[in-house]
Amino acid sequence: MLKINNLHAEVTGNKILKGLNLEIKPGEVHAIMGPNGSGKSTLASVIAGNEEYEATEGEILFEKSNISDLSADERAHKGIFLSFQYPVEIPGVTVTNFIKTAINQIRKAQGLKDMPANEMLKKIREKSALLHMDRKFLSRSLNEGFSGGEKKRNEIFQMAMLEPKLAILDETDSGLDIDALRVVADGVNKLRTKDNATLVITHYQRLLDYIVPDVVHVLVDGKIIKSGDKNLARELEERGYDWLKEETLV
Amino acid sequence: MQLKEKLLSSYMAFEETIDLENSIHDIRNDAIKFFEQSGFPTKKLEAWKYTSLNSILKEDYSIFPKKEDTIEYRDIKKYCVHDIDTYQIVFIDGIFASHLSQTTHDKLDACLMSSALNKPKYKPIIKKYFNKVAPKESLTALNTAFSYEGAYIKIPKGVAAEKPIQILNFSTGNEHALMIQPRNLIIVEDNAQVQIVERHQSLTENAVLTNSVTEIFVGKNADLDYYKIQNDKITSSLIDNTYISQERDSNASVHTFSFGGKLTRNNLNFYQNGSNINSTLKGVTIIEGKQHVDHNTLVHHKKPHCESHQDYKGIFAEKSTGVFNGKVLVDKIAQKTDAYQSNNNILIDDQATINSKPQLEIFADDVKCSHGCTIGQLDEEALFYMQSRGIPKKEARALLMYAFANNVLNSVKIPEIKNRITKQIALKIGVELGFDL
Repeated sequence: MLKINNLHAEVTGNKILKGLNLEIKPGEVHAIMGPNGSGKSTLASVIAGNEEYEATEGEILFEKSNISDLSADERAHKGIFLSFQYPVEIPGVTVTNFIKTAINQIRKAQGLKDMPANEMLKKIREKSALLHMDRKFLSRSLNEGFSGGEKKRNEIFQMAMLEPKLAILDETDSGLDIDALRVVADGVNKLRTKDNATLVITHYQRLLDYIVPDVVHVLVDGKIIKSGDKNLARELEERGYDWLKEETLV
Repeated sequence: MQLKEKLLSSYMAFEETIDLENSIHDIRNDAIKFFEQSGFPTKKLEAWKYTSLNSILKEDYSIFPKKEDTIEYRDIKKYCVHDIDTYQIVFIDGIFASHLSQTTHDKLDACLMSSALNKPKYKPIIKKYFNKVAPKESLTALNTAFSYEGAYIKIPKGVAAEKPIQILNFSTGNEHALMIQPRNLIIVEDNAQVQIVERHQSLTENAVLTNSVTEIFVGKNADLDYYKIQNDKITSSLIDNTYISQERDSNASVHTFSFGGKLTRNNLNFYQNGSNINSTLKGVTIIEGKQHVDHNTLVHHKKPHCESHQDYKGIFAEKSTGVFNGKVLVDKIAQKTDAYQSNNNILIDDQATINSKPQLEIFADDVKCSHGCTIGQLDEEALFYMQSRGIPKKEARALLMYAFANNVLNSVKIPEIKNRITKQIALKIGVELGFDL
């Protein structure tokens, strides 16, 4: 589904990714772990098409086609979703209106008509229940005054509504208490199918107790230096990253 | 001949057409003298620092238009709020157009300033109210000198006007260039309520300069809800001078929507003469090209326990320029004043400009006064966020701009106006969104 070859990327002249390779197949959950500043969030942004970041070398293939030249919305239309580490507050646009607009814009790009209002309503009800979201929540301004947990829940709600092929969860666990973490992880798990894939970016192993990855990658200094199964995450939690860095140096 | 000289000599001609015995003749005379001394405002004046009238004063305006009037309702329909029942007071080139108007004397007066100024029965009212809240200011004085026609609205004690009143000024382009000076007087007596919509619209591309003065008196516990729709041709300029005097327990709100015109200057002044008064000033400005919109507001808190809320939003594209100059004056006696002022702007292009200058002059010590002003571009992070959800950049920008203007529209009480403004914003931004905010 996603294949990244020798990706180099920079932001405002700083080289962040330095030859990254990654392949994710349908149905898989991959986790990327790594210390602060290793390039985890940059990778998420580059895959999603943030123009602030410049991919200087390499390619990103999504379902076999190179998406490097596509804008963020075009990538979303193809089925890529990024759950933000810090979701943006948009005063004046309600959660409902925002998601309606997003869905209908994606449908428009696919040559479909707007989703009928009753169908939309039904879907909103169903998916908000999945995330244990209060109805009142939906008529609030997007992310404005939301707690950290509410913001993340709202991200996964949008993911549930948009049903992406590839979901990238950037530090979705940061700032969540254990109950919120469970609800969010539970939501993600329920959305898993054999046809979609998830890339979980996290600093801590905690989230991976709930969203169990097939593959764990360790990202250090813009490169993946080690990949393994879920046990690698436990090992990282216990031993930190330094032993890996030393290992690579040797 | 310079416009000033032309106006001064025209005044003499004007005097010959009016009743010199009229009680306001002295007021007119004093006003023209004041204008003669002070002239048009220049950028040397603090209040005009960022707005130059030079480019609009050089036209050779006709002061008295020919009475050629072939305008029919279908020519103006789209500029009217036509989907609801309203009273309409319509002027074509400054002259009342009875065939396009729906005036009334039943329960309330929605009629003509010329009648009010000339008919004996209105004499006590004119004496009590005419030129009583308008300050000595050169453009206002110029209007006063030539004051002859406009809307006269009086809502008697305890009456709630059952439908909004529209004051519509059209110019036809029969003249190469035309200067018009409407003079409106609006009296909302104690416990009365009214909604008013005002518009100045040119029907052609000929130059028009409107120097309008509206005096409004809001009685005790009365309610005024006023909407100014400014979306004129690029050749038309408007200097709007609106002065509102409020008595205790009254509410007055003015929404100004500025979407077009060569130069638009809104002098909007509120004077609070009693306690427990609420004054609301809101505005949305969206302009492009070389258009210029200047909001110059004053709220004078003269008594304790009053509120004022100002919220102006501006979106400026291309080489357009904006000014917000908002002054809040709190007298020593006006304790417990709650005055809020906010002016937020988005500059779409590098060459767009906004000068924002909040001024607070507070002489009382127990007040809550705040002001804030922001100038920025659209938030790139927010744009990326929206794009990452599949919303293309153009639509994302539109949504952000909509959202930006949204809280100003929230307080619009006439749904048809809200709808119209929402659509207008969509049109200005160049997208059709699937929902109304």
